[in-house]
Amino acid sequence: MTLLDVVIAIVKVLVLLILAPLIALVFTYAERKLLGRIQQRMGPWHVGPMGLFQAPADAIKLLMKESLTPEKAERWIYLIAPFLVFGPTIAVLTGIPFTRELVAANLDLGLLYVLALPAVVIIGFVMAGWGSGNKYALIGTARMVAQAISYELPLLVSVLGVALLANSLDLTVIVEAQASTVWYVVVQPTAFAIFIMAGLAETSRTPFDIAIAESEVMGGPLIEYSGIRWAMFFLAEYVNVFILAALSTVIFLGGWAGPFLPPILWFALKTGFVVTFILWLRATLPRLRIDQLMALCWKVLLPLSLLNLVVVSVQAVYGWLPMIALVPLSVVLAFWFYRRAWTRLVMRPRPSAPRDLPTPATAG
Amino acid sequence: MRSHPREMGRTVTDTPSATDLATQELTINMGPQHPSTHGVLRLILTVDGELITKAIPDIGFLHRGIEKICETWTFRQIPVMADRADYLSAFTTEFGLMIAAEELWEIEVPERAEYARVILAELNRLASHFMFYASFGLDVGFTTPTMFGWRTRESIQDLFEEVTGARLLHNYLAVGGLRLDLPPDFKDAVAGLLPEIEKSIDQCNGLITDSEIFQARTKGVNRLSVEEAARLGLTGPMLRATGIARDLRRLLSYSIYDRFDFDIPVGENGDLFDRYKVRMLEMEQSVRIVRQALKGMPDEGPFQGKVPRILRLPEGDAYSRTESPRGDLCIYLVGSGATKAYRVKIRSPAFVAASALEALLPGAYLADAVLIIGSTDVVMGEVDR
Repeated sequence: MTLLDVVIAIVKVLVLLILAPLIALVFTYAERKLLGRIQQRMGPWHVGPMGLFQAPADAIKLLMKESLTPEKAERWIYLIAPFLVFGPTIAVLTGIPFTRELVAANLDLGLLYVLALPAVVIIGFVMAGWGSGNKYALIGTARMVAQAISYELPLLVSVLGVALLANSLDLTVIVEAQASTVWYVVVQPTAFAIFIMAGLAETSRTPFDIAIAESEVMGGPLIEYSGIRWAMFFLAEYVNVFILAALSTVIFLGGWAGPFLPPILWFALKTGFVVTFILWLRATLPRLRIDQLMALCWKVLLPLSLLNLVVVSVQAVYGWLPMIALVPLSVVLAFWFYRRAWTRLVMRPRPSAPRDLPTPATAG
Repeated sequence: MRSHPREMGRTVTDTPSATDLATQELTINMGPQHPSTHGVLRLILTVDGELITKAIPDIGFLHRGIEKICETWTFRQIPVMADRADYLSAFTTEFGLMIAAEELWEIEVPERAEYARVILAELNRLASHFMFYASFGLDVGFTTPTMFGWRTRESIQDLFEEVTGARLLHNYLAVGGLRLDLPPDFKDAVAGLLPEIEKSIDQCNGLITDSEIFQARTKGVNRLSVEEAARLGLTGPMLRATGIARDLRRLLSYSIYDRFDFDIPVGENGDLFDRYKVRMLEMEQSVRIVRQALKGMPDEGPFQGKVPRILRLPEGDAYSRTESPRGDLCIYLVGSGATKAYRVKIRSPAFVAASALEALLPGAYLADAVLIIGSTDVVMGEVDR
């Protein structure tokens, strides 16, 4: 490795560090505007043309706010936590190939890297929740840990099929394999659906935003944070949404591959499409309960992703021909299973406990 | 509803934590600054993980001594305080107070005023239920219903502003009728608003009533039997959700409610979904009533009956029972020959609902607690008074 390589690598990382806040700014604006439109209001409007400067204004406001530390907080744990959430998130960004050349670190095990690193973020959240010294934060953290660790499994297993198809864990190779055959969303629709659902749960987005649910635990681990530390969590959340969208683009939607337009534009288009979908969900779906969420993961998504893996294995052994019959069959089967499991396992009514009722007053 | 065979005979909910693992219980303080406690309700919850084992509602943060103030002000000044009790449906409380007062004075209310009162009270019920919809949507985890509910509520409040000059706290009803005459285009304005309300109810239903996640969150959760509801003293939509068609508008036919044709929607299980659904169906019935009232309302006529210039409350007492959006709203008025009331007592349905939380919450998940509070539709102004 020459000196030039080192310089280039540093520049790449610096670019990503600038890119991350930019992504968050654009996304918050897009989210608020889209949410506003769906909710029959204007969204940001006053700051700048069409409210375009609302997001930077908010960012500046956050930076200037006092960063409070509660008296009951475990001081150092509380103060370090935002960095442990923000750092790995940026690190994941280095592994994502925007185009063939535009990738900060092209790893042979890229797929493993981008999916394993987000698990480190959980440690940051545990520290935030524990360190805050707040019971709501603790409950939120417990929810987040349970949720994030459980959903790692279907997330990884659903992607294994793609790795089998492409015969590689290198993200650039996966994209190129798709460019030469078909987008994997065509042959792996079940895996794609599972990936998006598990990804939403991983990033704590609606309808799986149980850990930070404002109406229940008031932001969970983030409850005590303010100022720039809160902004870091906020940044991480939106970068995570971007990562989810970018990964589904790379793994399932053919990455930068596409005719006519330059590759980076294709990548941006596809990612933008997935991001819009994720933001759209927030405006139209209520939140699940924690036990329903866990049931969905262990009883529905995990068996489904394993089933999907079996289907892919058949292809890996017997070639593409059986896939033509197998893919529609597996989709129908998966959908049928999903519907049944949803009504049987997730929507299951719970018997209520006997109540302590006041005894009727006697006239006296 | 069929329950899973494994759960037959089990009395505790299906979380293992209650029996299998010894875990430390946590006492958490929910409110008065929690976003989902509908104002300033405070709940002291004891939770075992996510499961609530004990709940103590703590009220009084919005106590303004309304009943006491009513005893120190002259009767003409009282409606101002009545508005502030249940600030989400101010007309209902004014209505109840006036019915009690008119019973005490034995004053006849002119036809036109009666119709106007019913129209305004039903519109206020709609506004209140839209507010319930908005906050329930927020409780269940997303913001879109909030905007949907609020939008139409705004339109209704604009109409109120046109009629009474105030959006929320009207001070518009007076003994023997109305304080001021209705604006000349009142009927057209209300008639113009009704299609918008109907469309909005449809939209609201489309947004969450049929949503699978919403149903998964609410169906079969916190079921309530008729006996339980009766023993807790619950009234209004909370009671009707358990399957009893008890509505004071039908039961007592106070004012002129016997002239209207409307249904009383009831639920089946008394679960969260039924409590929500009953309110949504009630809104449609309110629109029906308003429509009939508009048809029957005379265009001309006095807006106030024969009322003495100086209102001295005669000795004696009167008790009015009205159906507020939250249930039985009863007002007890005692006069002693002075211009001030000797005693004004408000039996508030929300107060009963808030106290019922102590029995409703244990056994529920923390996430459901928010929905249960939302389903009681408490207005803290009325609870604390």
